[in-house]
Amino acid sequence: MNHNPTRRRITAAGAALLASPLWVAPRGARAEIKSGDNPDGSAIWQKVRASFFENRPIVNVGDDVLVLDAPGRAEDAAVVPIAMRSRLPQTAANHVTKLTLVIDNNPSPISAIFAFTPHSGRADIETRVRVDEYSFVRAIAETSDGRLLMRARFVKASGGCSAPPGKDPQAALASLGKIRLRVDGDVVLNQATLAQLMISHPNDSGLAMDQLTRQFTPRRYVRTVNVAYDGQPVLSADLDFSISENPNLRFYFLPRAPGRLTADVVDSNQVAWKSSLDVAPTA
Amino acid sequence: MAAALHRLAGALLVAALLPAAAPAQDAGAPMPLALSEVAPGVHVHTGQVDDWQPGNGGDIANLGLIVGSRCAAVIDSGGTPELGRRWRAAIERATRVPVCFVILTHAHPDHVLGSDAFTGPDTRFVASAKFNAALAARAPYFLNALARDFGVKAAPDAIVYSSIAVDGTRELDLGERVLVLQAWPTAHTDNDLTVYDRRSRTLFASDLLFAQHLPVVDGNLRGWLRVMPQLAAIDAARVVPGHGPVSPDWPGALQPQQAYLEALLRETRAALKARKTLAEAVDSVGSAAASGWQLVERFHRRNVTAAFAELEWED
Repeated sequence: MNHNPTRRRITAAGAALLASPLWVAPRGARAEIKSGDNPDGSAIWQKVRASFFENRPIVNVGDDVLVLDAPGRAEDAAVVPIAMRSRLPQTAANHVTKLTLVIDNNPSPISAIFAFTPHSGRADIETRVRVDEYSFVRAIAETSDGRLLMRARFVKASGGCSAPPGKDPQAALASLGKIRLRVDGDVVLNQATLAQLMISHPNDSGLAMDQLTRQFTPRRYVRTVNVAYDGQPVLSADLDFSISENPNLRFYFLPRAPGRLTADVVDSNQVAWKSSLDVAPTA
Repeated sequence: MAAALHRLAGALLVAALLPAAAPAQDAGAPMPLALSEVAPGVHVHTGQVDDWQPGNGGDIANLGLIVGSRCAAVIDSGGTPELGRRWRAAIERATRVPVCFVILTHAHPDHVLGSDAFTGPDTRFVASAKFNAALAARAPYFLNALARDFGVKAAPDAIVYSSIAVDGTRELDLGERVLVLQAWPTAHTDNDLTVYDRRSRTLFASDLLFAQHLPVVDGNLRGWLRVMPQLAAIDAARVVPGHGPVSPDWPGALQPQQAYLEALLRETRAALKARKTLAEAVDSVGSAAASGWQLVERFHRRNVTAAFAELEWED
């Protein structure tokens, strides 16, 4: 099998797109859809698919392979909890290398690309996103043997006074860069362990116009997150402004010895933050 | 023949009576909204206790009119462009003085999407200093919801920004009547503004006070709980909430909201302490505290979401 044309493409694109979103929908391409009848028929998805996955087959799978947790209705459009959980083994021989999150009708549909390794223990990630509009949300897993597996769910946008922008941008900017890395409970040797990374950041889409200057506010959002345990990568994330204000990631790592969990965060202004945590697993 | 003449006469009679009975009802004229005068010169249109949706025409927020000897102030412009026109028609019936100020209490669609009906050279739009930024960030979503849900294709002009920004307090003189406007720290939203009429001691609390309609957190839960005692200290004879009936019971009218928000705070903190995830908290934080309120199924889970995202950063 031809290996990983997608990876090559994303790496090249990633270099060019350091300060721009992962992929932006063409103007006017956003559809006003109200129903979730045909996930494969979504026009945006066809475009995303063609540019990111070319003609590679993508297999729709069930909960036994890949779980996508998403609410049927976005209660608060600015903070919608989403989880992608692979049920496949995460071994050196056979593992999920990547989980891509696509929100068809957001201005930047490719919301996040998470890369995993056997040191991750599990390819399992939970975060929060903005949902602009009635939309399919998709999780696409890529396996080490080059397969693409997908789950899709339809999320209804919240109506009324709920909107994707942050609730208090001034407060968010004031606490910019506070970072928390946490592992709860007892850590057991060689068992996949849940960790949480919280980053205080407005994750501003830059889509709002300043009414005085008629200029768009500068886009500023968390661009990459790299987490390693004892120097071995467990999670690499390319993120976008579809991720909610104060990005929050829950993920796993596999401690094979006592060591240090480190997180490196870089935003679109190239400002970097670090956090680390010593972990002492018990046998 | 006689019968036809009789019908014709009847039709003429009706035509003659119509203008006096309903002067605004010529073809295409907006039907005026219902108004009640809660104190001399202080009028309120009470919106329905419901979500902002086409079934009620977006008519859910309470709207206010305060009339001075020189001019009048309008408090919030209505939930759709059409509702704004009906609101203006009601105002033109109620007073002959011009509208010099439209006060927008915060950037939510049910309160501001009627503004275009009031634009003109002699009318100033007044709001919190943080209002324009909040509205600019949300305007595309409001226009999209109008198109998607209401079938109303509104031009971007339908979004009207303020030209007078209130930071702290500001007085507006309507002629023999002074209004005190106050912008608050982040509570229901980051751009809440209240209006107090000194002459009648009427407080327009807008969405810093919900009655019957479950309170909605779109700003800061702890901030809202800090603002409420300061609101309670205002010497008001009656309060007009943003949603729900006008009440003479002040500050007693705050009590149910306070109980709900305190329970939301307590229970969300407990969920965080139990290391629940956001999705788990939304499913489990009890809505017992929400019993007795309307629109719980629509807004309680959302409130838990907002509270969780705020409180997880507490030390």
